[in-house]
Amino acid sequence: MKNKKDNTTLLQIKDLKIEGFSDERWHKIIKGVNLELKRGEVLGLIGESGAGKSTLGLAAMGYTQPGCRITGGQINFDGVDLTKRTDSEKRKYWGNRMTYVAQSAAASFNPAHRLINQTTESTIRAGLKKQNEAFDEARALYDALNLPNPETIGERYPHQVSGGQLQRIMTAMAMSPNPDLIVFDEPTTALDVTTQVEVLAAMRDIVKTYGTAAIYITHDLSVVAQMADRIKVLRYGEEVEEAMTRKMLKSPKEDYTKSLWSVRSIQKPEKKSKDIILEVKNVDAFYGSFHVLKNINIKLPLGRTVALVGESGSGKSTVARVITGLLEPKIGSVKFKNRELPPSLKGRTKDQLQKIQMIYQMADVAMNPKQTVYDIISRPASFFAGLTAANLRKRVVELLEQIDLDESFIDRYPSELSGGQKQRICIARALAANPEVVICDEVTSALDQIVQEGILKLLGRLQKDLNLSYIFITHDIATVKAISDEVVVMNEGEVVEQGLKSEIFSPPHPEYTELLLSSVPEMDPDWLTDLLKARNY
Amino acid sequence: MNKDTNTYSAAGEVGSVLESRSTFTRLKIELNKAPLTAKFGIFIIIVFVGLAIFAPLIAPYGEAEVFPEPYAPWNANHIFGTDQIGRDIFSRLIFGARNTVGVAFATTILAFLIGGALGLAAAINRSYLDLFLSRTVDVLMAIPQLIFALVLLSIFGSTIINLIIIIAVLDSTRVFRLTRAVSLNVVVMDYVEVAKLRGENISWVMRKEILPNILPPLIAEFGLRFCFVFLSIAALSFLGVGIQPPTADWGSMVRENASLIQFAQYDLKAAMTPLLPAAAIALLTVAVNFVVDWFLHKTSGIKDEK
Repeated sequence: MKNKKDNTTLLQIKDLKIEGFSDERWHKIIKGVNLELKRGEVLGLIGESGAGKSTLGLAAMGYTQPGCRITGGQINFDGVDLTKRTDSEKRKYWGNRMTYVAQSAAASFNPAHRLINQTTESTIRAGLKKQNEAFDEARALYDALNLPNPETIGERYPHQVSGGQLQRIMTAMAMSPNPDLIVFDEPTTALDVTTQVEVLAAMRDIVKTYGTAAIYITHDLSVVAQMADRIKVLRYGEEVEEAMTRKMLKSPKEDYTKSLWSVRSIQKPEKKSKDIILEVKNVDAFYGSFHVLKNINIKLPLGRTVALVGESGSGKSTVARVITGLLEPKIGSVKFKNRELPPSLKGRTKDQLQKIQMIYQMADVAMNPKQTVYDIISRPASFFAGLTAANLRKRVVELLEQIDLDESFIDRYPSELSGGQKQRICIARALAANPEVVICDEVTSALDQIVQEGILKLLGRLQKDLNLSYIFITHDIATVKAISDEVVVMNEGEVVEQGLKSEIFSPPHPEYTELLLSSVPEMDPDWLTDLLKARNY
Repeated sequence: MNKDTNTYSAAGEVGSVLESRSTFTRLKIELNKAPLTAKFGIFIIIVFVGLAIFAPLIAPYGEAEVFPEPYAPWNANHIFGTDQIGRDIFSRLIFGARNTVGVAFATTILAFLIGGALGLAAAINRSYLDLFLSRTVDVLMAIPQLIFALVLLSIFGSTIINLIIIIAVLDSTRVFRLTRAVSLNVVVMDYVEVAKLRGENISWVMRKEILPNILPPLIAEFGLRFCFVFLSIAALSFLGVGIQPPTADWGSMVRENASLIQFAQYDLKAAMTPLLPAAAIALLTVAVNFVVDWFLHKTSGIKDEK
């Protein structure tokens, strides 16, 4: 394949307007956006959820999701206005001259077909290449993407490779027809930081090598900084600003752009505390015969925050399950205020259950969609404190005010709330029980930066007001810096390191902590290049 | 909204596009959008329910009132003629709505109470209780339902109460399976875990956390089950072990007047008499299915493409 880069315009979107149909009305999703992309150029699209990033990314291919319609503007791809073409005409472009890499590779592959067949399917179907030729090229792409065993990995099925590998194979699938344009829609959002680095490096190299133009959609500015030549910030379906990557990072024009990395600006001074409220002692736990936790020791000081950090599969959430009693440890125990807690949920008294509350990652599934905000918050208040009628309502309103919402939310259903509001209601539900320890399991990782900032500040304030102790499970180092006093680094079911935040974040580090910390993308366009050099890729 | 301000407030955060509306307004919107078939189905169901409730007021004669002329042709006094011992067919059709539909409704409700409760319990328990209930249900389902019902009715005698209980128990197996399957998807949700962590008992978890979320498929199944129960009762009555005379019932009415169909070459109208209750059965079944189809389509969440 030859490098397609030159300075001619490949894609030009003029004053594009898109509407989506929901709740009996048409809503404007994209309100007149212009976009230009040269051959071989990478454009980053960034914004919070609901900004219209994905809709615009798909529209660049002339595609709209079911329930959406284009109401105005032009999409000129290589001189052809896609808005005026029928689906069957556009199909000649899709999977051929323009391809798409979706967020969840696991959900995008057919589990019943071998990877190499799926990688080359559209290429062969479009008659671009013969099967042998396409297979050879796919293997070359696997090699270029740094996949292990590039000769044979294509013979596997999707469930036989890891998430990061699958995401790279999807990139190979997108590259297979040698397209002019690839749209990447949050391709690394679901990956761990350590895996993300490899996938980013592979994607960047391959796009550069073949000179393919790309649109890279993400909500993480530090990721897009590594990938894109130019960045466009979207909000409410409109452009906020557009600039070359370096210029945007150095001097963003709009306040909104700055708020996109606001979590990184929160810093919490750490405090020591001698009183230990909760202690996990020598815990070994199993799922069936699988050894998930190996000799875990964690101490939670009173009124402080301990952050549990690690990749997925490191056993962070399992620690929470052991503390709450959902999973009985095989060996070891959990001590609350120096008294051992019964290992299983059934053995614990109401009082013990009340003192330890939990907040979940996905506020969507942590609230019953058929209950109103009042039902959700009032139940723990009446269950534990035995409040009734008038007092109960007063308590609910008081809790709503504590989380910066007001009485008007009391009759809403979860589906009538935004992501941040949902998480706040979950916090209020935990507070309603008057807990002393709150376990926060990735509570901010599903939220936009600006909303994350609000939640983290709220949690900090509540800690101060109510003297709460938090166990904060997360994989995001910026969040750890913003909230914790102490940090526990976990890997493969073992504690790698535990200590005060300042100790953990200052060298020397154990090998794993080093890898984890260095993999966190920074707001510097040269970060990835430097990192790869340092790691000798 | 807070488009022009860059200050952040939690309450001002833009929620999803779903607007707060009362259940009644939503229902009205849905009904307006309903396809013609669903509207037809709802209309027929309302008519049948009306007939069942107000049967004594609508019917010209009593349910078991015997007139001197058996097999009377269709005339002004007896719109659809009389049956083999001289009872007014039209009146019996109307009372039949009450008996057949009423018994079928009671049976379906009972089947859902049994199957639903056990299905939920099995889904939450997921261990010995689940295993025991599921295998028992497998055994019950292995025996053809109609034959099993016939055997049981011969053993216990065919009273209305026995009929309801036997068919309900046999039918609850299917309800059990469905409830268990859909509950399993809900049981793993975090909000159920939250309730368990709070120390709620199993009945609260069943009623408040799971049941409201599995209701749509259950309601759809209720409609379908109702049809099947209704047909089984009609079939059992036709075989003579269902609802007993003199109680009017569509299934037995078909059987009692079946021989009239031979007279088609002499009197077409009289020959149609046994078909009338059969048509009533068919009409209600079709109507309920129309509504269920519409409901299933709605709850499946499939959006029409373009």
